[in-house]
Amino acid sequence: MVDSNTVLTGQTFAYTFYVLAIMALMGWFAYKVTRTEVTGREIKPVFFYSFVGLLVFLGVSLHIITHETIPWKKMDLDRAEIKADREYNISMGDHKFSLPEAKLTFRKNEKVRFNVTSNDLTYGFGLFRQDNSMVFQMQVLPGHVNDILWQFDRPGVYSIRSTEYSGPKGINMILRDVVEVTD
Amino acid sequence: MSFINTLTNGKGWTLKADSLNQMQKLTLRFVVVGLVYYLFAVVEGMIMRVYEITPLPQVSESQFFAIMTAHPLVGIFGSTYSIVFGAFIFLVPFLMKKPLWSVKLGNWTMGLIAVGTFIFWFSGFVSHYSPLYTLYWPLPADFSQFSVWGGTFFILGIALVMVGTIFFVVNIFKTITYTPEGWEHQPSGELLKSALGLSGFKNLFRKEKKEHLVSLPVAAIARGSVDTLLNAGIITFTGVLILVYMVAALLGYNLKDSAVDALLYKNWFWWGLDLIADGLVLIFVAGTWYLLATLITGKKLFMENAARGALFIEMVVSWVVWSHHLMSDQAQPGILKILSGEMVTAFELITQGLAFFITLVTLWSARPLKMTHPLKFLLGGLLGFALAVPAGIMQADLGLNRILHNTQWIVGPHVHVAVLVGLTMTLYSAIYLLLPILTNGAKLYSDRLANFHFWSHLLGGIGMGAFMGMAGLRGMLRRTIYFNGEYNIYMVLAALSGMLLLFAFLAFLYNIVMTLGLKGLLGIFTPAKVEEEKEEMVPENA
Repeated sequence: MVDSNTVLTGQTFAYTFYVLAIMALMGWFAYKVTRTEVTGREIKPVFFYSFVGLLVFLGVSLHIITHETIPWKKMDLDRAEIKADREYNISMGDHKFSLPEAKLTFRKNEKVRFNVTSNDLTYGFGLFRQDNSMVFQMQVLPGHVNDILWQFDRPGVYSIRSTEYSGPKGINMILRDVVEVTD
Repeated sequence: MSFINTLTNGKGWTLKADSLNQMQKLTLRFVVVGLVYYLFAVVEGMIMRVYEITPLPQVSESQFFAIMTAHPLVGIFGSTYSIVFGAFIFLVPFLMKKPLWSVKLGNWTMGLIAVGTFIFWFSGFVSHYSPLYTLYWPLPADFSQFSVWGGTFFILGIALVMVGTIFFVVNIFKTITYTPEGWEHQPSGELLKSALGLSGFKNLFRKEKKEHLVSLPVAAIARGSVDTLLNAGIITFTGVLILVYMVAALLGYNLKDSAVDALLYKNWFWWGLDLIADGLVLIFVAGTWYLLATLITGKKLFMENAARGALFIEMVVSWVVWSHHLMSDQAQPGILKILSGEMVTAFELITQGLAFFITLVTLWSARPLKMTHPLKFLLGGLLGFALAVPAGIMQADLGLNRILHNTQWIVGPHVHVAVLVGLTMTLYSAIYLLLPILTNGAKLYSDRLANFHFWSHLLGGIGMGAFMGMAGLRGMLRRTIYFNGEYNIYMVLAALSGMLLLFAFLAFLYNIVMTLGLKGLLGIFTPAKVEEEKEEMVPENA
């Protein structure tokens, strides 16, 4: 499965390109609108409707492209029907995690399901690399089963961290290096 | 003229507070309140920016989160609501050539927002009540972490703001529909239909199109006010729910085990809360762009009917997009995530993109234009939304949300760029444009300071959003504290950008004070001496 860092790199390039393009467009517009005369040629409604079409295309195609290229998106929607190779039940409460084992160890390419429940507040459940970048996260709501299915494509050691604010006591909800993916 | 003289009387003593009528004074009061609370929000923002580099020993962790709770609420309710409501309470009568329904109610709105904001800010400051604006259940009622009394006063302050908000909406709709004394009867039902877009919608199916009874900016204000009202209803309802838990705790009862489903709560609360971010803000901003473009150019709006249609669609869309805030909630039905979260949300790219296009073409059709302060701030506002809306569409994708939710990406390139660059620069454009009208021709103290204000704000806003976004892409969360300088390079750069925003605002404030003078500013808060009949309260420029 494609690593989330790869997806973020793609997003960074795409958005940076867009930002530079739109800033250049606005700079050009600001220059031209103060220095050029109206030529008599009006902007036709066809430009307007073409622009509408472009926006519809962009809005819809983004989600179709990510559906086809980001593997966890499809897997997340179908996760109820997918059999996991390994399953972990984790509970949260009183601003602490409770893991079934001191260290969760499994092999790469295994499909792993994390079932997380909360006994009191709304928390978050996220996996982070050793450079603090995020692998994935989900919300953990009390009274509901919060599950995520993930396939790790490379070996590594990860930390678990609550990604949702649960009051000032929640800032230390980090378990360092408690997930290990082996070859 | 000496510095002291200018500071006291304003540039050329052009603002004679005694010459202002009730409407002008009311609007200027709103603006002053809004700017004071903007200063609160900027200072709070800077404290948080520095704290994200290195936690300050003078500020405890609970105080930090109390600041994080108050900051967006002070910014939106205390500052933005004040400026926007003040401007619209002036503009609706101005555009309809009709007196405001009730100046008294307008003053109540201003007072309730000013006092309510201070109460919730102060209770958070003293008690460190900090459930954040998201109020995820059952955090606001977690009295093992928060003071019950602090929370009670916090909710009371929010409730006062909501009452003021409801008064504003009533005043707007009554002004649109009522018949002033001695006037020919006004078709209130038809005016209401036109303002809400129902007559425009019917026009789609009529052979003979009916003329629109209200202008496009008034229609935008009315449609945004619908979302404002719905939002006030949801926030008030949620406040009452939290208050029930607080009153019970004060009486010695613990309702901790009472059944409030966290997911259901999150759905209704986000449905209401999102009416601000994805509803009234976008609609009000689009309407303001259209008004500014027509006032700056003196030309008719390009594709006006399409613009009206887009505003109507935006209002309906804003009722159906809340689920993009619940994409990381695994118990939320997948169909809601796809339809409401992804697909309907994508419509905002379309509606806001159209507003962007229509405004630019209207400006283009009147070139060459002079690069005035209103025009340059309008272009800044347009750029802000052109940057922030696509960032929002990206995070409202099921695949990307998995790695962006609750990171600094959300609050940087999306929220802060939208609010600081998009919304605030649009408001500054309106302030620079309306200043002479509201003050009977006061001349701006310094164009240089206004130019500094523009560049410093633009670069600061975009820079801060960009550096926060870069940290977010590297995993930095938005609602926690990092103690080991993990993201310091980005946080230092974001703080420097924040400094630019602060300097920009100080330059603007100084410019305004020197324009109006302290006497003029104080005079805004004294009763109007201009004796006028009600129907003459619309400024002459109307």
